[in-house]
Amino acid sequence: MSTSDTVIKLAELTGKAAAKAQPPFVLTDAERHEIEHEVAHYPDGRAASIGALKIIQKHRGWVPDGALEPVAALLGIGAAELEGVATFYSLIFRKPVGRHVIKVCDSISCFLTGYEDVKAALQKTLGIGYGQTTADGRFTLLPICCLGACDKGPTLMIDDDLHGDVVPQNVAALLENYK
Amino acid sequence: MSLEQELLVRPLTARVNLAAPQDLRAYEASGGYVALRKALKELSPADVQSRVKDSNLRGRGGAGFPTGVKWGLVPMGADAGVKYLVCNADEMEPGTFKDRLLMEGAPHQLVEAMIVAAYAIGATTGYIFLRGEYVLAAERLNKALAEARAAGLLGKNILGTGWDYDCFVHTGAGRYICGEETALINSLEGRRANPRAKPPFPQIAGAWGRPTVVNNVESLCNIAPIIVNGADWFKGLSQGKSKDGGTKLYGVSGRARRTGVYELPIGTSAREILEEHGGGMKDGYRLKCWLPGGASTDFLMPEHLDLAMDFDTIAKAGSRMGTGLLTVVDHTQNMVSVVRNLEEFFARESCGWCTPCRDGLPWSVKMLRALEDRRGHADDLVELERLTRLLGPGRTFCAHAPGAMEPLQSALKFFRAEFEAGVSPTATRVDAVQDLAQTGVLDAKVA
Repeated sequence: MSTSDTVIKLAELTGKAAAKAQPPFVLTDAERHEIEHEVAHYPDGRAASIGALKIIQKHRGWVPDGALEPVAALLGIGAAELEGVATFYSLIFRKPVGRHVIKVCDSISCFLTGYEDVKAALQKTLGIGYGQTTADGRFTLLPICCLGACDKGPTLMIDDDLHGDVVPQNVAALLENYK
Repeated sequence: MSLEQELLVRPLTARVNLAAPQDLRAYEASGGYVALRKALKELSPADVQSRVKDSNLRGRGGAGFPTGVKWGLVPMGADAGVKYLVCNADEMEPGTFKDRLLMEGAPHQLVEAMIVAAYAIGATTGYIFLRGEYVLAAERLNKALAEARAAGLLGKNILGTGWDYDCFVHTGAGRYICGEETALINSLEGRRANPRAKPPFPQIAGAWGRPTVVNNVESLCNIAPIIVNGADWFKGLSQGKSKDGGTKLYGVSGRARRTGVYELPIGTSAREILEEHGGGMKDGYRLKCWLPGGASTDFLMPEHLDLAMDFDTIAKAGSRMGTGLLTVVDHTQNMVSVVRNLEEFFARESCGWCTPCRDGLPWSVKMLRALEDRRGHADDLVELERLTRLLGPGRTFCAHAPGAMEPLQSALKFFRAEFEAGVSPTATRVDAVQDLAQTGVLDAKVA
């Protein structure tokens, strides 16, 4: 019995099938193709596990439970092993996130240049804390390790864009660029 | 000064152009891939290794281990089989922002280095292990690799010599611990980034059980210039400021006037780096203390500014040069808060593999938060000092926890009164710092 079957069976047993059931996960051709391309760079499939999870996330915004089994099968490893990897890495999202993910650098140089005020402004503007997503599904707020742009602290990333010298007063205007 | 002359003084950054990095043609026009051609046509792998060994290039990732010696541990010979070269481009040490500059500003330098170094150790495949957040670096490196491949500098039968070697960018997905050499190898293999036991050392049994060399971006970028200009030229770059050779990417962050990265002779004094190149502290801010090279180095004081920034001198002063990028702490900062921020980082980034690190770091954070909020217990200071020993070298699987203890132990040594102030039930946190300022504890000598 596969993991996803088990999940559904357990959900039926507890009478929560209707509430818990997610549409079955099917890898798209594009995802499969990209993962296979990634695997070709390594001596074995396992090595592409982080890359494969990132591919799923690129297409879907996050990595749903249902993705683990088909992706693991493609890589030739166990679904539990892939889940172990998925939960270890902080930039693999195991829950849905907003359309835009804000990553606030909280490391020492940004601390010394006042990131805590930037974080407070973000939390006030968005009405959410770390790990949360706005009700309209627009933004998720996360802390992140030193972004390697310490000369421009405080720094943050929104999606793939790096922003430096961020001041609390400009936070609201900055967010306006991300609809 | 022409670019050619500049490359002899600043071999790492003379070509750096963040807005529009050199493409293959421009790189070759400025002497790029000359080292590769020379190595493949005139030198044996052993010759390349000995030139690097003679240069005494020391690893720029933070530990300062001689690159040539590291290479020398790799089994060579026709029957040595599959070997890997891995570039550690997982730049995540708080306060460090030098490798980004090299990869975004001059990607072909790293690509050439990845080919020459692979030739020297007989690697069959190379990987640039790049942190996932360095999106622009990934794009530019991939473009440079594709250009090199198309030009026959990479891939099958490189430059018609019959040698096959290819190199790929492997991007990560977060977690500071990936920068630890053996954790990086686990991560490259698609596993959780827990460090591995040593021995065996990666040079003997690393990625997929095969001999593997892991070198930092800045270390690698020195290879091609050493091959072209020779070991003696490299040694002379330090201009007698250090017994080590070469330039070093130094930098300043924090409340300084001209924060940034500057390529200078290795052994340049911290004072010159901060005051001349970094422009000194911003108006209204005085220097309280500084980290010489990242979050996992011991704090040094203003009176240490005249020290030469090289591995041995900074080690003698009780810290480590680490990555060589100064983080300056200004006089308005409470050291308990500063250390709390550092330990929160280390606690969050512990991989959880061994107990002292997994449990000890959050414990230190708890006590530091209590002291910061002025609800600390007198025993907390004793306990924090105990942790600096229990989490110190030799107690843990890797250097993560010992590194985390470096700023804590030095802050306790230099700023003990600020920690003691956290125990007092009467003074506010701000009062405590102001009181200290009046008693001269926060006195700083540098403007």
